[in-house]
Amino acid sequence: MTNSFGEFADAKTIMVIGSNMTEAHPVAASFIKNAVTKGAELIVVDPRRHRLVDFATTHIPLKVGSDIAFLNGLMHVLIEENIYNKEFVSSFCAGFDELKAKVKTYTPEYSSTICGIDPEIIRQLARRLAAAQPAMVCYTLGITEHTCGKNNVMSVANLQMLLGNLGKPYAGVNPLRGQNNVQGACDMGALPNVFPGYQAVTNPDMRLKFETAWKVKNLPDKVGLMIPQMMDGLVNKKVRGFYIFGENLANTEPDIKKVEHELASAEFLVCQDIFPTETTRFAHVVLPAAAWSENDGTFANSERRVSRVRTATAPPGLAMPNWWIFKQIAKRFGQNWEADSAQDLWDNEISKLAPNIGGIKYSRIEKNGLQWPCPTEDHPGTPFLHKEGRFTSGLGKFNPVDWTPPAEVPDEEYPFVLSTGRRLYHYHTRTQTGRCEGLNGLLGEETADISPEDATMLGIADKEMIKVASRRGEVIVKANVTQEVPKGLVWMAFHFRENNANWLTNPAFDPDTLTAEYKACAVKLSRIC
Amino acid sequence: MDMVKLTIDGKEVLSQMNNTILQAAQGAGIKIPTLCYHERLNPIGSCRLCVVEIEGYDNPVTSCTTPVAEGISVKTNSDRLFRMRQEVLKLLLVNHPLDCPICDKAGVCALQDLVFEYKVTNAEYLAPKKKQDSLYATSLIRYWPDRCILCLRCVTACNEIKGVRALSVINEEGAQRLSVDQEKCVSCGECLQVCPTGALTENLSPIKGRSWNVKKVPTTCTYCGCGCQLELNVFDNQIVGVTCKDDAGINRGSLCVKGRFGYEFISNDQRLTKPLIKKNGVFHEAGWEEALTLVAEKFSKIRKENGSDAIGGLTSARCTNEDNYLFQKFMRGVIGTNNLDHCARL
Repeated sequence: MTNSFGEFADAKTIMVIGSNMTEAHPVAASFIKNAVTKGAELIVVDPRRHRLVDFATTHIPLKVGSDIAFLNGLMHVLIEENIYNKEFVSSFCAGFDELKAKVKTYTPEYSSTICGIDPEIIRQLARRLAAAQPAMVCYTLGITEHTCGKNNVMSVANLQMLLGNLGKPYAGVNPLRGQNNVQGACDMGALPNVFPGYQAVTNPDMRLKFETAWKVKNLPDKVGLMIPQMMDGLVNKKVRGFYIFGENLANTEPDIKKVEHELASAEFLVCQDIFPTETTRFAHVVLPAAAWSENDGTFANSERRVSRVRTATAPPGLAMPNWWIFKQIAKRFGQNWEADSAQDLWDNEISKLAPNIGGIKYSRIEKNGLQWPCPTEDHPGTPFLHKEGRFTSGLGKFNPVDWTPPAEVPDEEYPFVLSTGRRLYHYHTRTQTGRCEGLNGLLGEETADISPEDATMLGIADKEMIKVASRRGEVIVKANVTQEVPKGLVWMAFHFRENNANWLTNPAFDPDTLTAEYKACAVKLSRIC
Repeated sequence: MDMVKLTIDGKEVLSQMNNTILQAAQGAGIKIPTLCYHERLNPIGSCRLCVVEIEGYDNPVTSCTTPVAEGISVKTNSDRLFRMRQEVLKLLLVNHPLDCPICDKAGVCALQDLVFEYKVTNAEYLAPKKKQDSLYATSLIRYWPDRCILCLRCVTACNEIKGVRALSVINEEGAQRLSVDQEKCVSCGECLQVCPTGALTENLSPIKGRSWNVKKVPTTCTYCGCGCQLELNVFDNQIVGVTCKDDAGINRGSLCVKGRFGYEFISNDQRLTKPLIKKNGVFHEAGWEEALTLVAEKFSKIRKENGSDAIGGLTSARCTNEDNYLFQKFMRGVIGTNNLDHCARL
């Protein structure tokens, strides 16, 4: 997030796009509700009428995968009516002419043919956003989990730059991150192209820096493989040894049948986890790890805040902390890593190697976390980025993009769109929440959420077991007939194994980020009796 | 912000004009007893414990709902105020059983502390009262109508903090009690968090350590990317509950259902407790030495025969920065590959 959670409750205008916040980020959603109570305008852009819509001034029920057409439509109006933030754009941005040329064709009338939103509503909304200074945009995976995910993000950023909604409080481009430490994992260089602190592996100076710090030679200089490429590699034998640490790929990746074939193809698979999972079945060696409350360390949240995690209980049996396991394996390769505690590792190694977190030390985050960039020990941390229009790379660059449809769209055989996500009472594949009796008691099974119109058309009764099938597979699942879902859409989650949405989802990926299109594929529905 | 000057217990106090007398007193370090007042909520004014006297006025006022004014002189303690507060507490005890020995809240109960402080030694007024059974507000939260002092903190928190509006007070057979709209309730437990007595208790942990035996360990929530701050309540090496400091972290003392009630997995008996090695398709338990040596040997062999890039690793957005750092250090600095990724796109 460019901005902070602390700003939500006092924001004046908030646009939430592709985010079922009340279920996936409930505490953040409560701050947005607080803002609405104080009079803020809330615009929810989402195909579903989810619970946050109850608090919204405006709901824009656009069609699945039409975000760019809608956002380009808004920008068309802002430029056409000359109501964009000219001062911000001329002072701090580059590429305006290209943006103008690109969105010229996206008249509200044309956008409307793609996104299904009335042209007049697009015009009115653009005018309201122009009048609101500033406005905050929040999004989640409804933006990123598309084959055009990267372009969707670019579009959101284009809109906020055009409105001048960056570099100040109550504004910004704010992706709410799904996992507790997904921000931190990226910050720590758990990616194929960067060392900790986003320092490129292709840069010889950076390699030299880490070679010196780690006392090793010849760190690899080419960018590595991303998850889908590694999974392909298991089958074509480019990847033979595979180490999976704290992930349950067999349920989380699109097209479970394909994923399981890939995992079964591994020559040697190590899984390190706290529970046996659908993924550990394929392992050759399973290593038992200490869990969240059994380990010291830090997490970085969506707003770049590094906070402490503390040991509360001892791990069961022979289970050991992850850092101990990695250190022991490294030792068997002849490397003796010095750090012997999380604090030692952070204070004396990590924070010294990653400049943007250089000023964060355990002694400074005992009570409250600190938000990076925090380069020095006297730096107070950074609640919002790009202050006064100072972008990291000089000028903020517009990246104009065209709308592209999802990789698989409904046809005669598979006439419904399946979109997937998360529900309030469970977390991902239930490795943890499935072992919480209280939470299981609140939600014990998956449903396929469908509209009353479609239920009537197909003769499906509420709570009846139905079959949902795609080109990849099929599941038997309980129908949940609800006004939340528009006609033509089926909505499911991936919390339960048996009727996991990922038996159906399409392994089509954004060409740059390789994020899978979990939000759109084609399915058919049928009664089973 | 305009400031006003007033006197509280003879001490000159400077306060913002829109503050209440209670806030001004708290700002000056002067303690006024409260039950229904909660920092995170708008004043409720239901319990009348925070009464104070203002010079020149006959009747005491509730300090939580009375704004400050220039030049007023406030007294927070007097024999009359003591007796009034004592009376309030005695009346509350008409409806509140002294079942402290079996109450989860014992030791951290605001009512218990006040009853002790105001020297109420027994329940003087006995109203004929039918004992009411405890009820389930949700399957995770238990409601004890007998213990409820109807302070309305829970109802106010559900409305103001969470915007859920699932709670209300209803009349039933002449008695008032809390009512939960099951359609609206999302089991976030905000009501539990703000309840000053044991009227709402957590219904999850089979083991409940007494409050003074429970160690509270502050940490960051393990679920979504909000990064809420919470306290793990630990008794005998087991997590027996999750609480929250009122002002803590980005969540400002608030949690969701997963953060507050999603801790049972830690002590689940399906946890992996020993390294496992698969032989002929079946897992066998092993010691660390055997398992780690096997992993090192296999990866060495693959690296030797097919190169470093024939090995890949997935790290976890569920684990700490330190664990992620070491895993990438292992893949890059030990194995020698950048084939390294995690579930950032999920």
